Amino acid sequence: MKRTLENIEEQFETFQILNEEGKIVNKDAMPELSDEELKEIMYRMVYTRILDQRSIALNRQGRLGFYAPTAGQEASQLGTQFALEKEDFILPGYRDVPQLIWHGLPLYQAFLFSRGHFHGNQFPEGVNALSPQIIIGAQYTQAAGVAMGMKKRGKKSVAITYTGDGGTSQGDFYEGINFAGAYKAPAIFVVQNNHFAISVPVEKQTNAKTLAQKAVAAGIEGIQVDGMDVLAVYAVTKEARDRAVNGEGPTLIEALTYRYGPHTMAGDDPTRYRTEDLDTEWEKKDPIVRFRKFLEEKGLWSEDEENEVIDKAKEEIKAAIKKTDEQPKQKVSELIGNMYEELPQNLQEQLEEFKAKESK
Amino acid sequence: MAQMTMIQAITDALRVELKNDENVLVFGEDVGQNGGVFRATEGLQDEFGEERVFDTPLAESAIAGISIGLATQGYRPVPELQFFGFVYEAMDAINGQMARLRYRSGNTMNAPITIRSPFGGGVHTPELHADSLEGLIAQQPGMKVVIPSNPYDAKGLLISSIRDNDPVVFLEHMKLYRSFREEVPEEDYSVELGKANVKREGTDVTLIAYGAMVHSSLKAAEELDKEGISAEVIDLRTVMPVDFETILKSVEKTNRVVMVQEAQRQAGMASYIVSNIQERAILHLEAPILTVAAPDTVYAFTQAEEVWLPNYNDIIEKVNAVINF
Ligand SMILES: Cc1ncc(C[n+]2csc(CCOP(=O)(O)OP(=O)(O)O)c2C)c(N)n1
Ligand SMILES: [Mg+2]
Repeated sequence: MKRTLENIEEQFETFQILNEEGKIVNKDAMPELSDEELKEIMYRMVYTRILDQRSIALNRQGRLGFYAPTAGQEASQLGTQFALEKEDFILPGYRDVPQLIWHGLPLYQAFLFSRGHFHGNQFPEGVNALSPQIIIGAQYTQAAGVAMGMKKRGKKSVAITYTGDGGTSQGDFYEGINFAGAYKAPAIFVVQNNHFAISVPVEKQTNAKTLAQKAVAAGIEGIQVDGMDVLAVYAVTKEARDRAVNGEGPTLIEALTYRYGPHTMAGDDPTRYRTEDLDTEWEKKDPIVRFRKFLEEKGLWSEDEENEVIDKAKEEIKAAIKKTDEQPKQKVSELIGNMYEELPQNLQEQLEEFKAKESK
Repeated sequence: MAQMTMIQAITDALRVELKNDENVLVFGEDVGQNGGVFRATEGLQDEFGEERVFDTPLAESAIAGISIGLATQGYRPVPELQFFGFVYEAMDAINGQMARLRYRSGNTMNAPITIRSPFGGGVHTPELHADSLEGLIAQQPGMKVVIPSNPYDAKGLLISSIRDNDPVVFLEHMKLYRSFREEVPEEDYSVELGKANVKREGTDVTLIAYGAMVHSSLKAAEELDKEGISAEVIDLRTVMPVDFETILKSVEKTNRVVMVQEAQRQAGMASYIVSNIQERAILHLEAPILTVAAPDTVYAFTQAEEVWLPNYNDIIEKVNAVINF
C-alpha cells in the first residue's frame, strides 16, 4: 500500500520570494509591481504597525474595547488584501481589521466596532465585506456562498476569507472549502498560521504537517507561503485570484506568521505558553524589516520617508479617535430598531418602554 | 474553611473530583497549560497530568462529541466550552445526541457529562460571549442545567453535577467569577441538584432568580425593605429541573411573585416557571406574576449593555406594581 503522508511536506514546501535579509531568492516568481505599488505596500505595512501600537495603547487607557493585536502579521494581512480589487468581498475574522481598513473602511468605524457600537459595522457603500467574525470558522462557509453568488451572477470578482491555525480544526473550515471546491466557486481561503490558537500550539491542533495540505481532501489548490514575506503572499494571492475569476476554482493559502502581541487585550499572557526564544526567532523574520531592506537597496525608501508615514498615521489615528468620541452613545431603542424590517408587537412595546427610559 | 472566589471554588471542585474519581477527565480549548482563559483549570494539568487534563483542537462540536464517546468507555468527561455563546457549534452533539443517549439505548447507556461554560452579561465581551442561552438547553428533555450564584454553591453543585449520571450543562456567570469571596469548605461536599435555595426570607413578595440576577434581587430586596416591603428571594440554582416545591411554598406565603431573568423575555426560563405557578397556585395569587427580563433583541452591543441588562431598579419597579395591584 502506498503511504499517503510520505513526503507530504515536499508537496507543500514554503513558498518564498524575499528572504529574511531582504534578498530576492526566487526571481522568476517576482510579481509585476510598479515602484509606486511597492512603496504603497510598505506605506500600508508601516501604517498598520503604528495603528496596532496605538490601538494597544488606547485599549490600555480604556479608550478602545475589544482588540486583537496584529503586529507580525502585516505581510499576511496586507499582502493578500493588496491582490484584491475593490469589488472583491472580504469575510474577515476578529484579527483582520487592517484588511477592512485598506479595503475602504474608515478608521473611526473600526474603532467603533472595537467599542461595541453598531455604526462600526454599517459599512459605507462600496466597502464589500462583512464585519469581523467572532465565531471561529463561520466565515468559511459564508465565503463559499459569497463566491457561489458571484459566479451565478457572472461577476469577475472573488470572495476572500481569513481564519487562523486554530480555525482549521472547525467543521465549518472543511465544509467551506469543500463546498467552494464542489461548485468551483471563486473563493480564496486564507489561513494565517501564527502557530498558536490563544495558548494552544499548532502541533497540538492537528497531526497534519501543514495546514495547506487540507486542500487536497477538498480537491482544491493549496499552498503554504512565507507569511512574513509580503511579495510571496501577494504573488500567491494574485495567482489564486486570477485562477478564481477564470473559473478554475478556489485556493487555500496557508501563510506562516506570528503574532507578536497577546491574543487579545482581554488578559491573555503569552509568557504562559510561548518562550522568549521563539518570540526572538520570529522577530528576526519581521515582514517590515526585510521589505525595508529590499526597498532601500532599490533606492525606493528612506528613513525620512518612513518617519513621514509614522507621523501621518499618528495624526490620522488621533483625528479618527476624536471622531469616534463624537459619536453619540448607543441606545437600546436603536438596537430594537435593528431587529426586523417591521417591528413585531413585543418589540414595539419594548421600544416605547426604552424610549421613555432614555428620555428621563 | 477558606475564603474563595467563585472561580477558585470551581477549580477546587474540579480538583476534588479529579482526585476522587480516576474516570474524571477535564478538557477543552486552552484548559491545559494555560489553565483556561479565566484560569478555572489553573494548576490542574500540573497536578493530574496531561492524560487527565488536556487541551483540545478548536472545535466545539467535537469537544461535545468526544465526550459522548469517552462516556461509552467509562469516563466521566468534564469538558469546557470557552464561552457559552459558542454552544451553537455543539448544539447537535448536546441536544441532538448527548441528551438522548439514555433514551435511545433503552436505558442501557448514559452520558455522565458535565459541560462547564462561562456566560452572562456586563463584562464588556465581544459578540456571542455574554448571551444567556440556558433556555436552549433547558428546552431539551434529557439535559439538566445548573447555574450557581455564589462560591459555596458553585463548588457543591459542580461536584454534584460531575457525579450525576446524566448530562449537565453547568453555567458560570462571568460577572460572579471574582466579584466576591466567601467561606468555602476545603473538603468534599455537595449541593443537591434540583433544589432551590431561599436566600432571604420575606412575607410580601417572592422574587425568583438565578445566576447574577440573584444578587440584583437581593439588592432590590434590601431597598424594598427600607420602604417596608418584605421580599423573599429564591435562588433556583438548578434551572432544569425546576424546584417548584420551594417556589410554591413561598407563593402560598407571599401571594405575589416577580420572576427575574437576565435572558431576553421571549426566551429563557420565566415563561415556563410562571405558567407552572399559575397552574398550581392561581388561587394563592393576589396579583399577576410580573417578569423582569432583557428586551427581545440580540444581546446588546457593549456600548448599550448596561442599559439593556435588567437591574435591581427594574425589579423594584415590578415589585411595586404587584404590591399596588
Ligand atoms: C467557535 C469559537 N470557539 C472559540 C472561540 C474563542 N477563541 C477566540 S480566538 C481563539 C483562538 C483562535 O486561534 P486561531 O484560529 O489560530 O487564530 P488567531 O487568534 O491565532 O489569529 C479561540 C479559541 C471563538 N471565538 N469561537
Ligand atoms: Mg493562530
